[in-house]
Amino acid sequence: MAPGPISPEEARRRKIVGVNAETVTNVTSTDFPGHHPGEDHEWSLEKFSQKSFKVQFHKNDPLDASFSLIGIDASIANAFRRIMIAEIPTLAIEYVFVHNNSSIVHDEVLAARLGLVPLTASLSGLNWLQFYKKPAKQDGDDGGDDRDPALDNNTVVLKLYAKCEWRGAEGVRSGETDPEKLYVNSSVYAKQITFEPTGRQNKEFPEPDGHVRPVNPDILLAKMRPGQVIDLDMHCIKGIGADHTKFSPVATATYRLLPTIDIVKPIIGNDARKFARCFPKGVIGLENVTEEESEMGEELEGMVGETKAVVKNTFKDTVSRECLRHEEFRGKVKLGRVRDHFIFSVESTGQFASDYLFLESVKILRAKCSRLKRQFANVMR
Amino acid sequence: MSREAYAPPTLQPSSSQFNTATTDIAGPSTPYKCGECNAEVHLKKGEPIRCGECGHRVLYKMRTKRMVQFEAR
Repeated sequence: MAPGPISPEEARRRKIVGVNAETVTNVTSTDFPGHHPGEDHEWSLEKFSQKSFKVQFHKNDPLDASFSLIGIDASIANAFRRIMIAEIPTLAIEYVFVHNNSSIVHDEVLAARLGLVPLTASLSGLNWLQFYKKPAKQDGDDGGDDRDPALDNNTVVLKLYAKCEWRGAEGVRSGETDPEKLYVNSSVYAKQITFEPTGRQNKEFPEPDGHVRPVNPDILLAKMRPGQVIDLDMHCIKGIGADHTKFSPVATATYRLLPTIDIVKPIIGNDARKFARCFPKGVIGLENVTEEESEMGEELEGMVGETKAVVKNTFKDTVSRECLRHEEFRGKVKLGRVRDHFIFSVESTGQFASDYLFLESVKILRAKCSRLKRQFANVMR
Repeated sequence: MSREAYAPPTLQPSSSQFNTATTDIAGPSTPYKCGECNAEVHLKKGEPIRCGECGHRVLYKMRTKRMVQFEAR
């Protein structure tokens, strides 16, 4: 028993998911205790943090971050993804109080549209805001507290007032048909939403950068014609994406596994050029066969100077499997994916920076774990 | 019998049909919107349902002045 440390080839074989023309092989991870006899796969913090786990950032824009988590289990990576989509609290419009709306957009539709407008504000202010606890359903007098729980620390008030009017004759040529030139406020945009700070909000959401405002000022909310009015108040509260998508802080949060391409037998000449065309640009490179290679291998003998396909950058590959359709590459190439290399792509809607969202998801997973631990402790008592 | 001849039952002592001059006691007028020209039409009780500007006979009730609450979902 007790075989020594495994060879690098064996370690690589274990963590590559095979991608064939129509099937996927070697899907489940096996790096847990008891699977490989005599090998120690026990999880340890030291091994994880010192050796196996790595984070690489490829791109870090506020609205688009891309990074790799290397050496982590799929369950954990997926947990981060799901938390980013559904469990990071964000601010969104929840209640709309319509005083007047004579536009053709119905009150209900306009309210649903307003709810989906992404808002932003100062980060400290957003973190200071607390959850608004919705009052219980009022079916009869249950002796509960009837006061509205809306306070300055859980509700943000926004207003929207727009009235469409004729622009007046001067400067408008006769026969003009463009509503933008004929009327004032023919289109109502998100930038017309105004913030009404109350109480401590004056301090927490300072002018001008800290104000609660739509991320994208040019979202079209409604179109109007002269005489029509929209006059409404909005209450924004904190919520999570599991409740409604408008509370989701990400536009997309996805991951993919790093692709691998193994050229088992050399691909030479015109085949090499065709092979490169099977992949996105930059994935496969063309090199000349050197004399050393020609002397070493049987297949490359006497091929000095011929072009040969080499793998340059698998990161850009989309794993289209186009190369597996062609007869001439049969048995010469193996496609796969690295099972524990997750390339995340997080696009924020703008309330928080994308990298901040990932850190927040880590924080939430930690909080969940400690809650579970506490519950277990209670069970054992 | 033409449609104009029909007089809806009223509690008021009925004057001769739809004579607007004699219906001052009918109380305050109610604003409506004309379905054709969008003009505001004020009607009192017993008046013919008709726009004063264009003579259109379809009038719409004004929107409530009360605040209406909606959930944005």
